[in-house]
Amino acid sequence: MTLANPKGTLPGLGYAADFKDLQSLSNGADASWIAQIRERAWTKFAELGFPTARRGNERWKYTNLAPLAKVDFRLARPDVSHAPDLLKIKALAPWDDAWTTLVFLDGRFVKRLSRPSGADCVALDLAAGLRARRDIAEQHLTRVQAVDEDHFTLLNTAFAEDGALIHIPDGASPAPIHLLFLSSDSETPQTCHPRALVVAGKNSHSNIIESFVSLSDQSQNFTNIVSEYYLDEGAKVSHHRVLMENERSFHIGNTRVYQLRDSTFDSVAFATGQAIGRNDVHVKLDAEGAECNLAGLYMTNNKQHADNNISVTHEKPRGTSHQYFKGILAGQSHAVFSGIVVVKPGAAKTYADQKDLNLLLSRGAEIDTKPSLEILADDVKCFHGATAGHVDQDTIYYMRSRGLDLETAKSMLIRGFASEVAAKVKLPALSRYIEGVIDQLLPEFALEGKK
Amino acid sequence: MPLLEVKNLHARVTGADKDILRGVHLTVNAGEVHAIMGPNGSGKSTFANVLAGRPDYAVTDGNIVFDGKELVGTPPEDRALSGMFLAFQYPAEIPGVRPWQFLKAALDARAQFEGRPKLSVREFSKLYEETVKDIGINPDLMQRSLNEGFSGGEKKRNEVLQLKVLKPKLAVMDETDSGLDVDALKAVSAGINSMRSTDRSFIIVTHYQRILEYVTPDRVHILVAGRIVQSGGADLAHQVERTGYEKFIKTEATV
Ligand SMILES: Nc1ncnc2c1ncn2[C@@H]1O[C@H](COP(=O)(O)OP(=O)(O)O)[C@@H](O)[C@H]1O
Ligand SMILES: [Mg+2]
Repeated sequence: MTLANPKGTLPGLGYAADFKDLQSLSNGADASWIAQIRERAWTKFAELGFPTARRGNERWKYTNLAPLAKVDFRLARPDVSHAPDLLKIKALAPWDDAWTTLVFLDGRFVKRLSRPSGADCVALDLAAGLRARRDIAEQHLTRVQAVDEDHFTLLNTAFAEDGALIHIPDGASPAPIHLLFLSSDSETPQTCHPRALVVAGKNSHSNIIESFVSLSDQSQNFTNIVSEYYLDEGAKVSHHRVLMENERSFHIGNTRVYQLRDSTFDSVAFATGQAIGRNDVHVKLDAEGAECNLAGLYMTNNKQHADNNISVTHEKPRGTSHQYFKGILAGQSHAVFSGIVVVKPGAAKTYADQKDLNLLLSRGAEIDTKPSLEILADDVKCFHGATAGHVDQDTIYYMRSRGLDLETAKSMLIRGFASEVAAKVKLPALSRYIEGVIDQLLPEFALEGKK
Repeated sequence: MPLLEVKNLHARVTGADKDILRGVHLTVNAGEVHAIMGPNGSGKSTFANVLAGRPDYAVTDGNIVFDGKELVGTPPEDRALSGMFLAFQYPAEIPGVRPWQFLKAALDARAQFEGRPKLSVREFSKLYEETVKDIGINPDLMQRSLNEGFSGGEKKRNEVLQLKVLKPKLAVMDETDSGLDVDALKAVSAGINSMRSTDRSFIIVTHYQRILEYVTPDRVHILVAGRIVQSGGADLAHQVERTGYEKFIKTEATV
């Protein structure tokens, strides 16, 4: 991929000032290799700017980033001693005492609120992780990403200070690991650039949850996270992503997955809320027999914008991939699904399918859905499809004819539509949380169309 | 007092310029089974749906009095709650909603309307599982989404399942027999017969008299071009079987 794109919007002066401060702070000898990586990334990003061009900008064709680019977000400098108490967090975010949880406030690790892992895995904040397992960090930190860099990954690399380093040893199956990212209620626009690295050893089994929650409805935050997953032979990772930041916020999430032989990456992504919420997932099946199952549910209302940009690349034979996304759109909201499956020459006996189904609840809601296939190998089975439809009136009538009132019928219909993705979440506490959020959203969504 | 009294019913698709039903009269007493037969396109489904209150049909004249109350202008859920049930010719598919979830919601709505306590999940499961077994529905099917991937026969059995659990005062069965093999037809008919009682009435809407071999009607009406052109006893169905609808269509033409 070439980044020599049409002109974007250059970052505001705040970004440049914050970058200078950051570099001057981290001049320790130990940090020099990171400082170098940062410098290169910043130089490149400062040149390119935000990809706001409305022409010749394929990756951002349906998502106009101008509203994000025009805010001069300042790098968050959270005072973690002012982090909320656990009670408030449990009320807002998914939680299970049995999980290993790393809590971050504006991207900064909050030890006081976190719950350490057992001895069967490493789950540390990035600073501690670099000290404890520099070997893993150096081996992987830029490796997955290097394959396919983009503007926001550059920006993240320039500013990444904190995040998580997770290592699941060969054969281990530790308790679920939750990375909880809280956006603070700051009065000025703030940004953070967390970085997560997950290395799953041979034949290990793990559950990873990334969740993003705003502490206030009013704050304006820009979270730009890069998460890298490296799955060794036979590893199985169940990945969950819960995006619940507020309606004033911007979220760019880059999930990069690199899979070796017979590994399995299952992912369920749930998103609702943001002014712009982007879910970039790029998977490379780089050995025989690898499998990935990507599912997603986005529920948008008002002026929200949700964008899923998914790619799965089959490099080697006998790989399997499924993409199953669903959208429920109300108000004046806009959602995007662009998914591609690439089957490289030689990736014979690939099975891939791709589905994006949308339920439009209002006239003002808009979906751009574009599943696509690029098949360069023979002897493969690939399917794709997309639908977008309004609530079916015959179905509603059928339900009413059994005594359900209009709103109950509509809620049940929306609920059912959502549950086909939500049911894929197998962690009970997380499943309850997502079901709860859907239940909370339902009345507003079900009202749509009555107007 | 009759359970259902339809007088001079005229109805059309909302916004259309022509009535489909053109003056239907029908009286159904409690406990009776009526059959409405007629050729394709004669308005049978329209009649069934106008009774049930389908929103995109408009009544242009006449009355529907059910259990002493005028139904014209009332929403479908109110009719259902007061004891009307329509088994659909083409039941809707509802992704992600299990058949039992749907039925439990319907039963709960009914209980709430009548001011009775809702069945507990345990009570409901028992009732549900027994009824599923009675009708001979494959229990695996019930783990799927409602009507999704069901065969025609399975959909019809599922309608009868709802009938048996909801216990309406009046059940309108729209082509419940169409597309069924003999086993399914027998199962569906047995389901209907098991529900016959002195305080429950049926309107069996059908093109063929096949189902009437198993569910013997008290009255048979022939609907042609939106009007009942002849009424009689169970024999009338046999007569249709022998002569077809041709003769009745001619009758209508001379009206
Ligand atoms: N929703 C509709 N829109 C347009 N025409 C309709 C609609 N429903 C019924 N009709 C017309 O009304 C007539 C009667 O249809 P229907 O009641 O389905 O007949 P039957 O069930 O006896 O076969 C037919 O001519 C049909 O085309
Ligand atoms: Mg019909």
